[in-house]
Amino acid sequence: MSLNTPDTQVCLWTLQHPEPASLATYMANGGYEALKKILAERTPAETIIAEVKTSALRGRGGAGFPTGLKWSFMPRSFPGDKYVVCNTDEGEPGTFKDRDILRFNPHQLIEGMIIAGYTLGAVAGYNYIHGEIFAEYESWEGALEEARAAGFLGKNILGSGWNFELHAHHGYGAYICGEETALLESIEGKKGQPRFKPPFPASYGLYGKPTTINNTETLASIPWIMRHGGQAFLELGKPNNGGSKIFSISGHVNKPGNYEIPLGTPFADLLEMAGGVRTGHQLKAVIPGGSSAPVLPAEVMMACTLDFDSIAKAGSMLGSGAVIVMDDSVCMVKALERLAYFYFEESCGQCTPCREGTGWMYRIVRRIEHGKGRPEDLDELLRIGKNIGGNTICALGEAAVGPVVSFVKHFRKEFEYHIEHQKCMVGN
Amino acid sequence: MPYIEIDGKQIEVAPGATVMDAAHQAGIVIPHFCYHKKLSIAANCRMCLVEVEKAPKPLPACATPVTDGMKVQTHSPKAVAAQAGVMEFLLINHPLDCPICDQGGECQLQDVAVGYGGSTSRYSEAKRVVKDKELGPLISTDMTRCIHCSRCIRFGQEIAGLMELGMSGRGEHVEVMPFLETQVSHELSGNVIELCPVGALTSKPFRYKARSWELSRRKSVSPHDGLGANVQVHVKGDRVLRVVPQDNEAINECWIADRDRFSYEALSAEQRLTQPMLKKDGQWQAASWQDALEQVAARLGEIRAKRGAAEIGALASPHQTVEELYLFTKLMRGIGTENIDHRLAQADAAVGAGARWLGMAVADIDKLDRILLVGSSIRHEQPLIAQRLRQAVKRGAQLDVLHAVGDDLLCKVNARLIAKPGAWLNNLAQIARAMQDAGADLGVVAAEIANVSVSDAARSIGASLMSGERKAVLLGALAQNHPAASALHVLAQAIATASGASFGFLSPAANSVGAQLVGALPGPNGVGARGMLSAPKAAYFLLGVEPSLDAYSSAEAAAAMRDADFVVALSAFKTAALDTADVLLPIAPFTETAGSFVNMEGRLQRFHAAVKPLGEARPAWKVLRVLGNLLSLGGFDYDSVEAVRADALGGEATGDFASALDNAAPEASLGALNIADGLERLGETPIYQLDPLTRYSRTLQATPDAAEPVAWLGSELLTRLGLAEGDQIRLRQDAQAAVMTVRRDDRLAVDAVRVAAAHPLTAVLGARLGPISVEKV
Repeated sequence: MSLNTPDTQVCLWTLQHPEPASLATYMANGGYEALKKILAERTPAETIIAEVKTSALRGRGGAGFPTGLKWSFMPRSFPGDKYVVCNTDEGEPGTFKDRDILRFNPHQLIEGMIIAGYTLGAVAGYNYIHGEIFAEYESWEGALEEARAAGFLGKNILGSGWNFELHAHHGYGAYICGEETALLESIEGKKGQPRFKPPFPASYGLYGKPTTINNTETLASIPWIMRHGGQAFLELGKPNNGGSKIFSISGHVNKPGNYEIPLGTPFADLLEMAGGVRTGHQLKAVIPGGSSAPVLPAEVMMACTLDFDSIAKAGSMLGSGAVIVMDDSVCMVKALERLAYFYFEESCGQCTPCREGTGWMYRIVRRIEHGKGRPEDLDELLRIGKNIGGNTICALGEAAVGPVVSFVKHFRKEFEYHIEHQKCMVGN
Repeated sequence: MPYIEIDGKQIEVAPGATVMDAAHQAGIVIPHFCYHKKLSIAANCRMCLVEVEKAPKPLPACATPVTDGMKVQTHSPKAVAAQAGVMEFLLINHPLDCPICDQGGECQLQDVAVGYGGSTSRYSEAKRVVKDKELGPLISTDMTRCIHCSRCIRFGQEIAGLMELGMSGRGEHVEVMPFLETQVSHELSGNVIELCPVGALTSKPFRYKARSWELSRRKSVSPHDGLGANVQVHVKGDRVLRVVPQDNEAINECWIADRDRFSYEALSAEQRLTQPMLKKDGQWQAASWQDALEQVAARLGEIRAKRGAAEIGALASPHQTVEELYLFTKLMRGIGTENIDHRLAQADAAVGAGARWLGMAVADIDKLDRILLVGSSIRHEQPLIAQRLRQAVKRGAQLDVLHAVGDDLLCKVNARLIAKPGAWLNNLAQIARAMQDAGADLGVVAAEIANVSVSDAARSIGASLMSGERKAVLLGALAQNHPAASALHVLAQAIATASGASFGFLSPAANSVGAQLVGALPGPNGVGARGMLSAPKAAYFLLGVEPSLDAYSSAEAAAAMRDADFVVALSAFKTAALDTADVLLPIAPFTETAGSFVNMEGRLQRFHAAVKPLGEARPAWKVLRVLGNLLSLGGFDYDSVEAVRADALGGEATGDFASALDNAAPEASLGALNIADGLERLGETPIYQLDPLTRYSRTLQATPDAAEPVAWLGSELLTRLGLAEGDQIRLRQDAQAAVMTVRRDDRLAVDAVRVAAAHPLTAVLGARLGPISVEKV
């Protein structure tokens, strides 16, 4: 089995073909077969959910929640409209995998959403597409037209008597709209601000109706699972971490990009595939799962395999699989300043700890970076972080705290040097 | 019923209750800012975080439903740490300018900070500054103080029904602001002043007038609409500095309308009458009480002797107290006249068997399933009843409307019949007929409505009324003022009976019911308000009345006053409308006298004076007492307002009037149900022209709702008359004419011309709901 080839690829296998995004390519390689089979056999929803559970597919958006379990929460017998929503609001710095699914394999996502809609008893699905990727929004709309024309969407799909419609919804670039309930608010035309939970979307979701929200990569994995079986998907990865996953590797590597490899692959292998750290430099640190995941020092990361459990054990998160590699030229204070600014800028402002705390943390880090740090600042940062984390409406509070706490924890000496010498210990 | 253990106390709570509810029930205080009992849960301030057993993180008490067996600690180290953390965040960007903040001393942020915050700030970065917003004449802003709790926004969305404030921006840069620099103009907007837990939104007229701890708080009752909202009058020295709501779930909940809140400014307006005035040779001259009262007694005696008591007309405002209206009536009957009335704007003088009232409890309005509102500009007549209707509609009630204009009621309306006033009887008959077609028994009107043809809207309203459980048919001020009020009453009551609805009147004034209870109504040989103005009397005795503003026909009232031999006005204000009087006696408004009102649901509400009368003004009951004695009428030797009340209400002075309230219709036939051709005036009382206090409040008069009246016509009528918006037109009613600017409103009924009544600029016109003609100038 060679990595990042159709042997291991669940979503990006179409890249081997000259026209990866076309309906013809997709259908010539087994596309929509799973859907046809389900509709022809009227496969019970329980069977599909059981298959997804067997696959150990875990949410690819960041939280890693078991998809089969999430689907089982949907009150399928609830009378009235229900929805399935795809979260392509890929705003986490470092993450660029869902965009490539839309670009190179849109029909697998469409098929996945249709199967999800069928399984969950939904009347319609929405794909919320990130504000900065307009071309992909348009091309996905084109793919929807193709699917509609081919009879996979609309009324009486493939003669089954079942109706389902899919819509694309273009966001406007707010990071917070990737939070699932803020995303729902945004689709409804309201200001993108998270709702407090409970109630959860499964009981009170889009337009107040039961709704299941999954990440793009998660939904795009469904047709593969239905075609090859949950067991095959599980065996691609490792127990409790089924399947392959796209890792968006960026930063100081020679060949940044998306690599779709089995969960459980050693980080060292991914680093090698990406051409290793820039010549003449040493690996310093890695943010393994998107900017909100705590940073890990090189030696810790090099001992990890790329799966939810291994990274969690090391004190961070696999998150969305956005691997940000930093070599020894990086000033960790400067890096944290950028991250803290991002979360300060992207806080929705709804609840107090995040609205007020992200600005406070950013201003302290900025002071340290600009040579105006004080000895008490580091403990103050940790204290502020503690007052934000766990006290907010949504997970963005914790997301903002993750980088601050982990940078200070693992690279405290660099921060102290900045404070003491009003300059950086890295480089000049 | 779930059990919860909260701080060691085990209690049972209602299903669906939150931890905050449970804490309330257990008498435990959990600090909070965004939570408000009347608003939806936002859970955004995070101040109410508590520790819940088995929950990994602290949870907001306001948004956490109680589950059976839940164990909550509100003061555990974990809870206290979370609360202290939030408190610190709330203060880092707050200006802490308490010494110059009007909210100081009554500020939730201040109070909670003392209990849960640190004594020093660890924040040493630059603080946020937010530009203030211009929200109009009522609300002052200091937006840097805002803690973004969103109460003001939720108030607009959920209570007012109009989102006038929103939150724009993101993160630290979120700002509460109005839309595109517009003002806040809703009739309930002042409530955001109390809702704001900090000093971001404060009262503009009260700004920098006093510190809250310098104020004495006196409970009182709003003297405006028939709701009788409970208020607190806040006083420093002998001056009323502001009025705020007093919670009463049965009446106003925790809200008051802007006119309840800001009319106090009239108490110190330049128009206040502070000493008796006599007119000599056409000029007003200050006089002593002795001289003025003697002159009144002498002139009334003289007219009674020479012309007969029937030549005296007595008009009293239904905004006066029970005690004042009782002594007024007693005095007039003592003199011998039966021409007594308080229903100044009503064209139909028919008197019922008892006092007309709401027919139900105010608090039950929210629980209605079906409402038919007849002839009511409800947002302006009854701002807080409109709010209760909005809550009913939100719960699923169907609101149906018969009016001459499809005003936005800021809630869903099931069906509307929009017709000029002269067609209301016909339209009401259509509803009755639709119900009859559906099998209802329309009783006494069954035969008379049999030939009416039914419109779709009427059929929809009929069907609506034939379904649902709790229903009401309510007659608004316009229906009560209507020339065919008795017939509308008969028909509306028949509809109510046939549909099993309660039937009632939206009493237009604070003491409309009280005035009826004390008999301030024409006697068997007397004439009502309209009658004594259309066929003028030799003399008029006025209590709190501005005839040309309050009357059904301003023109008639003005002429009657001008031509009368003698007019005495007991008034708190000296205004142009009283220029034709001969004697002005300064009386005390509600804040300067003790008294009582009976509200629309028949509830007696007593109040005491909050301050001393201004200048030489005296409580009207004392003035009337002296006049009774001067005229040698027996039974005027009262030594307290309580003694007057006991006489006025008999055994019912305790406040139980059930037997005296009666909405039975007069025995009237409906008359012709056909609709006459021609344009008709829709002449409403503007919200801030209801009574002298609203008329002379500088702040209320600066609001958009107090804009100068214009003539509103529908597009079709404009085209038919060859008019364009902005044209000057001449409006004629009988011999009177007024030139006004024309504006377009396509929500108006065919042939309806909306021209406000009760306004100095339209006071030359006649009947509020009568024929009118329009020509281009």
